[in-house]
Amino acid sequence: MTLTFEDFPPGHFGRFGPRRVTREEMLAFASEFDPQPMHLDEEAAKGSMLQGLSASGWHLCSIMMRMMVDGFIGRAASLGSPGVNELRWLAPLRPEDEITLDVDVAEARVSRSRPDTGIVTFKGVVRNAAGQALCEMVSPIIVQRRGGAAAEQAG
Amino acid sequence: MRFFEDIEIGQRRELGSFTFTAELIKKFATQFDPQRFHLDEEEGRKSLFGGLAASGWHVGSVCMKLLVTDGQRLASEALARGEKVVAWGPSPGFRELRWIKPVLAGDTISFASEVESLRLSEKRPEWGILEARNTGTNQRGELVFSLLATAFVPRRNPEGITHMEPSSR
Repeated sequence: MTLTFEDFPPGHFGRFGPRRVTREEMLAFASEFDPQPMHLDEEAAKGSMLQGLSASGWHLCSIMMRMMVDGFIGRAASLGSPGVNELRWLAPLRPEDEITLDVDVAEARVSRSRPDTGIVTFKGVVRNAAGQALCEMVSPIIVQRRGGAAAEQAG
Repeated sequence: MRFFEDIEIGQRRELGSFTFTAELIKKFATQFDPQRFHLDEEEGRKSLFGGLAASGWHVGSVCMKLLVTDGQRLASEALARGEKVVAWGPSPGFRELRWIKPVLAGDTISFASEVESLRLSEKRPEWGILEARNTGTNQRGELVFSLLATAFVPRRNPEGITHMEPSSR
């Protein structure tokens, strides 16, 4: 069943993962999008503020997106997102760590400009296997309301 | 890379441009954001985006890529002048990220970065904290992407500077 606006009341929505992030995929992402020594070079990373090799923050964001798509956005009548209100990188993601994503609905309201849709503002927190918060994000997503055109289309 | 003391509010860097081909859009989306409008031309046309659209995280990651490339360019220019070069620190995050218009297959986005605020780190006296507005503009001159990014920037001589007033936007 396709999830619509009505399926996202404020409160805890779900926990997703765990997802292991390998050294190989960390280095591949950093090589392509964020080739700073702290994300690529073990020795240089030791001397950095993060004191060891860490994933690019944009890699962590992209993995969080994938976990959200697999977890619920992929079966929601989502029309996309206008942006991210705030994102905080709190601690480094290390090679081979296993991350878990907690998603809360912070706010859900009907769109004024497109009344057949609603704006669901999610708060996501990524934690590592030790339970340490690595990243927090607050971001709205536009979701079709029940009976809306996109919900029918997605079936 | 530049030191904190070399940076002024309002300084703007053109970071270069990047063309989001259908192939690159689908490759990123397959890995990180497999929603139908990021994977298939026809699904993209039927969506609010009106065409095969890049994942917003792809656009943000490319902006990061060009920021790093620009930093490397600045560093090599500084080295060529015989100046000392330092690595910037990590970023504690960003605010106000806006995907203003879709980035569609074939679009070429020019990125820029403009310094909005500078302050000293209270917890880490050897570092300054910079906020910069990073933007992306398409080939028609339309603003498509904007975010307010934060980064730690090393100070040139933390011990020697004791009376510097933190400035804000």
